[in-house]
Amino acid sequence: MSVFLLLVVIAVLALVGFVIGRQRALASAKGNVKDMHSLPVYYGWHGALMVMVPALIVLALWLVIQPLVIERQLLNYFPADVAESDAARTLAMADVRRVAEGLDIAIAQGAMTETQAEVLRTDAGSVRDRLAAVGVALGAEVTPQVLAAAQEYRNHAVIAGIGRSILTLLVALAGLIYGIRITHKDFRARNRVEQVIMALLALSSTIAILTTVGIVLSLVGESLRFFTMYPWQDFFFSLTWSPNFQGDSDLGLAPLLWGTIYISFVSIIVAAPIGLFSAIYLAEYASPRVRSVVKPAIEVIAGIPTVVFGLFALVTLGPMLRDWIAEPTGLGNSGSSVMTAGIVIGILNIPFVSSLADDVINAVPQAMRDGSYGIGATKSETIRLVVLPAALPGIVGGMLLALSRAIGETMIVTMGAGAAAKLDLNPFEAMTTITVKIVSQLTGDTEFDSPETLVAFALGMTLFVLTLGLNVIALYIVRKYREQYE
Amino acid sequence: MSTASTNPNDVPRKAESLLVPSALMRRRNAAEARFKAYGIAAIVISLATLAIMLFTIFSDGISAFSQATLRFPVTMDAATLDPKGNRDPADLAKVTTIGYKKVLEKALIAELTQRNVDVQGVSAKDIGSFISGDAPARLREMVLADPSLIGQTIDFSAFATGRIDGYFKGRVTMETAKLDSNISPEQLQLADRMKAAGILDVRFNPKFFTNPDASDTRPESAGLGVAIIGTLYMMALVVVLSLPLGVAAAIYLEEFAPQNRFTDLIEVNISNLAAVPSIVFGILGLAIFINFGGLPQSSSLVGALVLTLMALPTIIIATRASLRAVPPSIRTAALGVGASKVQMVFHHVLPLAMPGILTGTILSLATSLGETGPLLLIGMEAFVVNYPAGPLSGGVMDPATALPVQVYAWAARSDPAFIERASGAIIVLLAFLLVMNIVAIILRRRFERRW
Repeated sequence: MSVFLLLVVIAVLALVGFVIGRQRALASAKGNVKDMHSLPVYYGWHGALMVMVPALIVLALWLVIQPLVIERQLLNYFPADVAESDAARTLAMADVRRVAEGLDIAIAQGAMTETQAEVLRTDAGSVRDRLAAVGVALGAEVTPQVLAAAQEYRNHAVIAGIGRSILTLLVALAGLIYGIRITHKDFRARNRVEQVIMALLALSSTIAILTTVGIVLSLVGESLRFFTMYPWQDFFFSLTWSPNFQGDSDLGLAPLLWGTIYISFVSIIVAAPIGLFSAIYLAEYASPRVRSVVKPAIEVIAGIPTVVFGLFALVTLGPMLRDWIAEPTGLGNSGSSVMTAGIVIGILNIPFVSSLADDVINAVPQAMRDGSYGIGATKSETIRLVVLPAALPGIVGGMLLALSRAIGETMIVTMGAGAAAKLDLNPFEAMTTITVKIVSQLTGDTEFDSPETLVAFALGMTLFVLTLGLNVIALYIVRKYREQYE
Repeated sequence: MSTASTNPNDVPRKAESLLVPSALMRRRNAAEARFKAYGIAAIVISLATLAIMLFTIFSDGISAFSQATLRFPVTMDAATLDPKGNRDPADLAKVTTIGYKKVLEKALIAELTQRNVDVQGVSAKDIGSFISGDAPARLREMVLADPSLIGQTIDFSAFATGRIDGYFKGRVTMETAKLDSNISPEQLQLADRMKAAGILDVRFNPKFFTNPDASDTRPESAGLGVAIIGTLYMMALVVVLSLPLGVAAAIYLEEFAPQNRFTDLIEVNISNLAAVPSIVFGILGLAIFINFGGLPQSSSLVGALVLTLMALPTIIIATRASLRAVPPSIRTAALGVGASKVQMVFHHVLPLAMPGILTGTILSLATSLGETGPLLLIGMEAFVVNYPAGPLSGGVMDPATALPVQVYAWAARSDPAFIERASGAIIVLLAFLLVMNIVAIILRRRFERRW
């Protein structure tokens, strides 16, 4: 019985549980709803939940555990060195699964009978060709061990499938009977149903923690694997980045980090004054009508996908900077450069800086402005000498958040900054960043056992720590400031 | 004696009128005007950049929706297409696209002769190269589907090759054609005469929305079909996955969660996740869903899972804000007439907060619609020519691309015709975003209550 069919059966049983539960409760109260502890619908839900919850838990556990158990049993088909190395075992098991799937498809399409699939041997012609004929492409010819393991896998899977169906159905039926038997007009069905709802709600709220755990595990796990293949001193302190998929690569972080910092710096130079001044104008000078038009217009920038900015950098701004500034001054001849990417990220960050600054400027109490006007200061003097100093921590925090976004930005630098990893001061040279290299090392056909690929996880780790650190500092500054006036 | 006269700093000042600004006051007023001008300049710069960006994208991209198309009658020469003359599908399938290309080439030349278009020494091969490489394949499929076409004469329309198309859109000029090995100025002049004769025209191209991606050499037939399907699959899955999860998490945190360490931990996690760079989510997707979970690379399912994890913090934050906006009087009233706390939330608070929740969800969906970086890492930038299967036959597991990823993939190609396509794809993407934002604004305007 397939998993889908099993789910359908469980759903049907749950429906039965709902109807019977509701009926029984009503019958025990002789149809008088006022006599019952809960509304009739709760007895129905109770009946349904008693079927679904235990059955689904059992099914989920089974689906997680079954492949692990089967793979353990298949290990004796492989030589000891394959069974002991994690990577080799994963690869071998993937092959086995793929061949087993192929056999299943061949049988489903009628290209092979069940018995043929079981007695199939590699010496009776190419298994790969026969599977290719039914649309299953295999990377390499199937070895006898893999084929035997795949046949064994199918046997186990069949037995496991039967066991799974029987156990799940038994649990569902037991739940159904229990749910029906316990149902009575005095039974506190609502409380039980609400407990389940609460458990589900609490469970969903842990998704944030699970995501964080997932991020940290994937970054740390693969980074550690990287550092077993490549010395960490070289990663953090080497000054050259020249990956070479034949091996013997130099994977120094420094040029990427420098490119990242340089580009983020340029972006802040662009975003900070423009964002800050537009926030000041909108908060202090603009009439409500102007504000209601201009503020959303600036925020449109934040809603545009970054790949659009990337294309703008690649097609318009990059060539423009090259033809008008870099080439006449002899600074460079590349369209992609630190300037191109930095300016475009700066534009992207304008609404971000501006709305954060707007918030903190508005949070400065009016009394402070009135005091300043009262002793004769002009509006701009009030802003410069009273409002901005009071809002400074919030503004600095906003700048740090913008910096963190610039560091993590991917598409604009991938399309506008170039791919050359170098330590240079010239802003019109193409340079590269951590995010660009994460993308380039992980896209395309990659095997996850070379340091050239795994370095991307170490880069991701660096990026994660960097942006998280900046965020924590920024939020700390912003929060500290808020406490002063509230 | 007044104390003022003993103050050494008290230098006697010239009598001044309040009505005449002093030098100092003029300086201060000028500083004031400058300061205000800086603010206006900042706003003008940001809005002008936005306008320039949108203008360049639109002016580059709007031409992607039209296409130079050749229309001419094609006689299906039985001798070429069915050399054995038995109309057997197996034998017909042996004729490759090269055979069909010959048929098209011959038909185009015949049409030129018939309409008295002077070819002025352009060779037959060069005339044949007007026809997009995609046309013979299409004709072959038509014949294989309906062998009775052989021997007949049908009206056929084929895309002109990308260079000819570019000429009518101003991308290719006589000067660039001189340097280009793929096209000559003579061919362009012939194209002009063909247009005058009505064989060739530039018309709206619906295939841009339906065709799958095409190889580097035939930009004219590249379309957004696979990308649009992939995007729709992902958006649908993101809604299905993130809305219930996000709302449930928000309800728990806002209404039920006890004040303890664990709740604090969840809250810190949510606010930090919202600030994690998107590319890190791509790494997560690659490591957990593809390498560990064994889900297929480039599939919309993995894309949707990654985007869901990214959208969740925003949805949770928006939902909590709209739950908080429901006034306590509603809650106390519900509890007062005997509702349980769960009933109070699900029967009263949640329905009232729904417009706000939906608005927040749509806005975060719009953000994930434009997300590109994480999708690159899970392999969605791959060259996908086959449409994914229908949603019920497991299409979410098939390789697909997404609109923003398609923009990136096209922008990375060398032929400038693909820049036009990329800009066109952006216009489609922005149209999607615009619709979603308008829906969100309407929802907010119509249903949002002020208590």
